[in-house]
Amino acid sequence: MSVVFEKTQYLTDKQFHYCPGCNHGIIHRLVAEVIDEMNLDGKVIGVAPVGCSVFAYDYFNCDMYEAAHGRAPAVATGVKRVVGNDTMVFTYQGDGDLASIGTAEIVHAAHRGEKIVTIFVNNAIYGMTGGQMAPTTLVGQKTTTSPKGRDEAWCGAPIRVSEMLATIPGSYYIERVAVNNTANIIKAKKAIAKAFRYQKEGKGFCLIEVLSTCPTNWGLSPVEAMKWLEENMIPYYPLGVYKDKEAK
Amino acid sequence: MALTLMKGSEAIAEAAIRAGARYFFGYPITPQTEIPEYMSERMPEVGGCFLQAESEVAAINMIYGAAGTGARALTSSSSPGVSLKQEGISYCAGAQLPCVILNVMRGGPGLGNIQASQGDYFQAVKGGGNGDYHLLTYAPASVQEAIDIMMFAFDKAEKYRIPVLFLADGIIAQMMEPVEMPEMVDFKIDPEKKPWACTGWKPGDDPAKRGVINSIYIDTESLSEHNAVLQACYKEVVANEQMWEEYNLEGAEFVITAFGTVARIAKSAIGELKEEGINVGLVRPITVWPFPYDAVKKAASAEGVKAVLDVELNEGQMLEDVKLAVNGAKDVDFFGHLGSEMPTTEEIKAKIISMKEGK
Repeated sequence: MSVVFEKTQYLTDKQFHYCPGCNHGIIHRLVAEVIDEMNLDGKVIGVAPVGCSVFAYDYFNCDMYEAAHGRAPAVATGVKRVVGNDTMVFTYQGDGDLASIGTAEIVHAAHRGEKIVTIFVNNAIYGMTGGQMAPTTLVGQKTTTSPKGRDEAWCGAPIRVSEMLATIPGSYYIERVAVNNTANIIKAKKAIAKAFRYQKEGKGFCLIEVLSTCPTNWGLSPVEAMKWLEENMIPYYPLGVYKDKEAK
Repeated sequence: MALTLMKGSEAIAEAAIRAGARYFFGYPITPQTEIPEYMSERMPEVGGCFLQAESEVAAINMIYGAAGTGARALTSSSSPGVSLKQEGISYCAGAQLPCVILNVMRGGPGLGNIQASQGDYFQAVKGGGNGDYHLLTYAPASVQEAIDIMMFAFDKAEKYRIPVLFLADGIIAQMMEPVEMPEMVDFKIDPEKKPWACTGWKPGDDPAKRGVINSIYIDTESLSEHNAVLQACYKEVVANEQMWEEYNLEGAEFVITAFGTVARIAKSAIGELKEEGINVGLVRPITVWPFPYDAVKKAASAEGVKAVLDVELNEGQMLEDVKLAVNGAKDVDFFGHLGSEMPTTEEIKAKIISMKEGK
């Protein structure tokens, strides 16, 4: 019998702690597969800050940093400035982390054109702390800190990170993807691969925003959560390329 | 070797480069801005990296990133900026990352002023960030001493895997003194010496050697084990790294304790008091963590010493450690200034004379 699929060597054998139906598992696999396919011979360092992916150092089978909440782009900057273009450096951040406490760090990593890849997993909620409102939480969406639904008049409308970062001169490639069906998973992997290729070529700051479900904190089954993502998140956060300097 | 007249901030920056530092991340803040300015010019000349961060928060996290690869990295700031760095300093301590942090202290609290101060002593030695950790903390009293300490600071940081803090008042950074600058050290990242660093592990290599820079230990048992490792390290530092200066202690009637620039002023006062027939000694902690408790205790307990006077450019912070050291054996008095006005020789003399007269 021939082997048609193998788990990538860039994921450890450690069992994920992620909830059933959470998309982190798919996204981890895509990132690890892209790294594997680049034949980097160990020249890759990941940084995952506080959030559901805080234990990513246990899952990605390469040199890894755990960083303070929101600070991964600054940590990755320090790493990249030492290791240079030869070594791929990526951050893996959630929306509570990147779009709230870490806005200064992500904006300025993009502004400096740091040659890193950021995987930005947006599930419109704080997962690790148990489902609080994030800057990305949709208007009307109920969370433990917006029990009557997010009120735009009180706390604003959700922030669109990809659109915002695309306006910064230093950003090179920004794309929003989802992993809600096979076609989109394939597209997401292509986007991640392109971002890493740009980094290898020394191009500039790349961010792939991946829309993701959080069945546990949304109070939905995994199937219902995927449907909710398609009906509510994708219309507000349209998929597509927001910036690609090479395409111009 | 010839002496060169150098400004403190620039001399300290040059010493860091000579000690092998090749990565500087910082943010402008008075009275230490000459350090990033100097680094922006000098780092490219030695093949190093100067990067102006968007904030002190980002700068210390860039240090966390660079130090985790095994490189020698440093950041500098002044009091309010060092407050911003405390989160990252705690992470560096937790992840056992060797690095050097400079605090050129100015007046506080809050924005305070931009003059010299020693108001961050508590922050430096009693905490600052969260958790049970310490920084190997040096308080230089001259530009030359700051240079000399910088030349071994990275070695100590790497030996113990502990962040090193320079607690310098604004005077040290702003004054010019003749100094002797040591030769350049040849430093290269050596994965053999830093097996914990992220230096290019790949699947198939020994899993124990994978670089994981981390301070999270989610279950009670592993966090307890991790903290035991840190505490064991701190014990070693306490046992081996205390530094202090003793001055004119023989036959002293009073003992002054002071650190940094204030200790130099105290020395002038001691000289003048001697001419007036009052013999006063000085113990100057050079490491304020670990604090030289035994040295202070010994000096204070000596026969003939009537009392101890602690002098600081704050409201009495090291005073608590001096009192712990003396432990009631003698009276401990205090003289200090708030608002960054340096205590004068005359004031220290007057205080000692009033103590002698029992006022």
